Amino acid sequence: MTAVADGEANEKPAYTYIGSDRKRVEDPRLLVGRGGYIADLKMQGLTHAAILRSPVPHGRIVSIDATEALKIPGVIAVLTGEDVKKHMNPCMNFGPPTIPQFPIAVDKVRYVGEAVAAVVAEDRYIAEDGVEALVVEFEDLPAVTDPMKALEPGSAVLHDEHGTNLGYERTFEFGDISEALGRADLVVEDTLHWGRSAGMPMETSGAVARIGLNGVLEIHCNSLNFSYLQFLVATALKIPSNKLTMRPVPAGGSFGSKFTAHKVPTLAGFLALRTGRPVSYVEDRLDHLMNSDHHASDRYYDAKMGFTSEGIITGLDIDVVDDYGAYLQFGVGTHGNAFSQAVGPYTFRDLKYRLRAALTNKCQQGAYRGFGSEVHNWVLERLIDKAAQELGLLPEEIRRRNFIQPDQFPYKIPGGNLYDSGDYPKVLDTALGMIDLAYWRKEKARLREEEGRYIGIGLATTQERSVFSSTEFWFWFDEPAFPITSSPESATITIDPTGAFQLLLHCQAMWGNSPETVSTTIVAEEFGIEPNTVNVSYADTARALPGTGPGGSRYTVMVAGAVRGAARKLKKKLIDIAAHTLEVSAEDLELVDARVQVVGAPERSLGLPELAASAYFFALSLPPGMQSGLEEAYTYDHPYTTLPSADRTDLGVFYPIMGHACHIAVMEVDPDTGQTSFLDYVAVHDAGTVVNPKSLGGHVTGGAAQGLGSTLYEELAYDEEGQFKSSTFLDYLVPTANEVPPFRIGHVETPSPFTEYGIKGGGEGGRMVTPSVVSAAIDDALREYGMRVRELPVKPSEIVATVQDSLARG
Amino acid sequence: MTTTENHSKYDSDTRAVTLRVNGREVTREVPTRQTLADFLRDDLDLVSVHLGCEHGVCGCCTVLLDGGSVRSCLMLAVQAVGHEVETVESLSADQNALHPIQEAFAEEQGLQCGFCTPAMVLRTKEILADGVERSDDEVRNEISGILCRCTGYQNIINAVQNAGRKLRCGNSGTCAKEA
Repeated sequence: MTAVADGEANEKPAYTYIGSDRKRVEDPRLLVGRGGYIADLKMQGLTHAAILRSPVPHGRIVSIDATEALKIPGVIAVLTGEDVKKHMNPCMNFGPPTIPQFPIAVDKVRYVGEAVAAVVAEDRYIAEDGVEALVVEFEDLPAVTDPMKALEPGSAVLHDEHGTNLGYERTFEFGDISEALGRADLVVEDTLHWGRSAGMPMETSGAVARIGLNGVLEIHCNSLNFSYLQFLVATALKIPSNKLTMRPVPAGGSFGSKFTAHKVPTLAGFLALRTGRPVSYVEDRLDHLMNSDHHASDRYYDAKMGFTSEGIITGLDIDVVDDYGAYLQFGVGTHGNAFSQAVGPYTFRDLKYRLRAALTNKCQQGAYRGFGSEVHNWVLERLIDKAAQELGLLPEEIRRRNFIQPDQFPYKIPGGNLYDSGDYPKVLDTALGMIDLAYWRKEKARLREEEGRYIGIGLATTQERSVFSSTEFWFWFDEPAFPITSSPESATITIDPTGAFQLLLHCQAMWGNSPETVSTTIVAEEFGIEPNTVNVSYADTARALPGTGPGGSRYTVMVAGAVRGAARKLKKKLIDIAAHTLEVSAEDLELVDARVQVVGAPERSLGLPELAASAYFFALSLPPGMQSGLEEAYTYDHPYTTLPSADRTDLGVFYPIMGHACHIAVMEVDPDTGQTSFLDYVAVHDAGTVVNPKSLGGHVTGGAAQGLGSTLYEELAYDEEGQFKSSTFLDYLVPTANEVPPFRIGHVETPSPFTEYGIKGGGEGGRMVTPSVVSAAIDDALREYGMRVRELPVKPSEIVATVQDSLARG
Repeated sequence: MTTTENHSKYDSDTRAVTLRVNGREVTREVPTRQTLADFLRDDLDLVSVHLGCEHGVCGCCTVLLDGGSVRSCLMLAVQAVGHEVETVESLSADQNALHPIQEAFAEEQGLQCGFCTPAMVLRTKEILADGVERSDDEVRNEISGILCRCTGYQNIINAVQNAGRKLRCGNSGTCAKEA
């Protein structure tokens, strides 16, 4: 825990660059088609891999015959689980060690789409010919597809060593839930199912690996968090970590799907090591849909919430079974994440949370924008809406009555996380000020009566935790194997001899979250130069300082801290040089618009080129003892985290930089077809100090569109036999421009007291609230038919069935 | 025209193709099964043509063929013989001298990760070729054949509208009657 302020809000100073709608510095290269994605990387002698994927959900691999494949001109090698068994350790894994995973299935396949063999060939077409020519015999095992049945005695078991399909189970209780529900005037309960979707970026995961100088394996890949991955990939490949260099390649979107995505780079590295050739493996869309490193949450809830007759929440009791699929790579971190904002923006203190992680014959789960908190928020908001209905309260009123108040921060929630700051009534009022709900409520009644149309209004809030410290992955375990508590970020600023700026980032580039726009904006703010004059590059793992990369809405906050830290060190050096040269005290100097000048006498000044020339070439002009050069690095650690207590009555502070949002939607639902459309949509977010309003608005809009997808369209479906039903974009429906409404965006700024400039993360909030809002609006539109959304995605056929059933009952 | 001698199941015939790409005539020997997208990316290094799904849904591989948008993953290189192909480099390949449509996307932040962007820019060129002002809803419908996972589309629609103003009324993007 470092640099913890005393909880007072930062005074917001006037910034030159921070807070204005500036063009992104990434965009010109992207607009001419030079984004530098993994598939664009070419090198001499590059070979290409294609993967044979399991057609069966659960089976023993009896034999793999590669004879015909190897006869095809241009096929170089076929590698299988037998090679993996001989030459690899299991891949990285936050779950129990009894659930090992390899990039190619060993002995057994556990879901449709799992890798069975890799064919390396001179081009991708020939590699796919090779896959087609492989002959594989499977011995079918019973498919386990229903997570409830998976937990029953007698179910076929996925992992013999683990012995059961209960991957993990734990109950946490904070406060006294029996007492809390006992004193409630109303207890609402519901069974809810959040279906499986995924980040589904337009660019898939990929990696290019080759053996370079000194026998160092170089893996170029678009997986995020490569600094977390590197030594784990080396361990899996059984090579020393200093003989593996991972090179970051810009990612064309992730939304979680490339977060710590290890299988693709590990596999490419393995193929390069075994063949001795440079190998490219880039997933095609089928690979990605059925076997991306991870699908997202697939949860079944029994949930109860207590309320007083005034609508004050007394407690929340959750019993959740999560259908994790065949492996448990991230452990149950997606539920740990939900604990960061378990009570939402509300004041209740009693919480019980029982989790069972079920193993089934499906692709494993992992990250998707929200990392499991978005699911918890949907459950919370669903229950509150149900109570509001029963208590006759408007959705805004019941929420307002339960809000944590602005003078209560920093606020420690049940479970242990801390909310740094916020003004939830202000966000709600801002949203209500952007839309005339009184009008819409009248209009809803009028349109129903006069035109037979069905209008619904949904309103919901969400917390938007940002900046993780990683304890969420292990506080579940009393004796965790790897109790990681650090997720730092670094930056190196170099001013070259002419005074030009180089900025080295120690993370993956992901163009979507504008790493260069953010970091150059901070450099500009600190030195008074134009952001687009800074050249940005990225360190590979051989040179990288500690870093974590994008994910968990952390990067803007963390890189701002790192850049500002490096800038402070570099500015001190510039001022010391100037003080020595101008023969004035350093305290009398300031750096303004790329010049160091005497306070009150700006005509006595030195520009950066003059200072830089001295720093590089005129050591005898420097203050005694100063080293030549103008480069400073800074590693910014998590601004505020505490350890969980040994008995886990306090899970610690692990996600304290707390944003907030309120969305309001007005929708129309056609009861005959189940079609939905939007008449208006307002989204107000508080992400602390806003660096670039237009960019943040873009994230809110993009996130909300994904939330809409998870709510209405997107489903990674398996049938009862375990066959995968969503293997193309004609089955997995990513919203098009026609499905996404115009969102009207508002910003509230409650700066964080704990971060540089008061910035909070804002990458995920859009997706964290849309499902609640849309569910509420659909319910509201068809309330006369008893509509209640309990399962996502809610499909037109289900809406129609509800209406028809209601009509049939009369 | 040449063909390979050896006809095993997995051998691919080749053909010589001649077509115009970004205003220049190109002749290459290509496998008959090679897609136009792979030809542009691998043989001509036009890596702005992005492969998002390779089954004709996402639209990221959109190029203009004789001025009309096509999905280059669904077309073979040999089918493009004698045609004129445009990729985003035909507008501008110079980061420091963007075409007005590209500039409009930058101004409106009509992109985030950049993967669908060349396709969206080319589609914008095609849409705006008629010089007619259109509503946001019309634009929404006209770009709906290309998936964008980042932006939620609003800033893309704003960019198309901004580009339309630039093309009709000059680079400031301000039209007197619309201002």
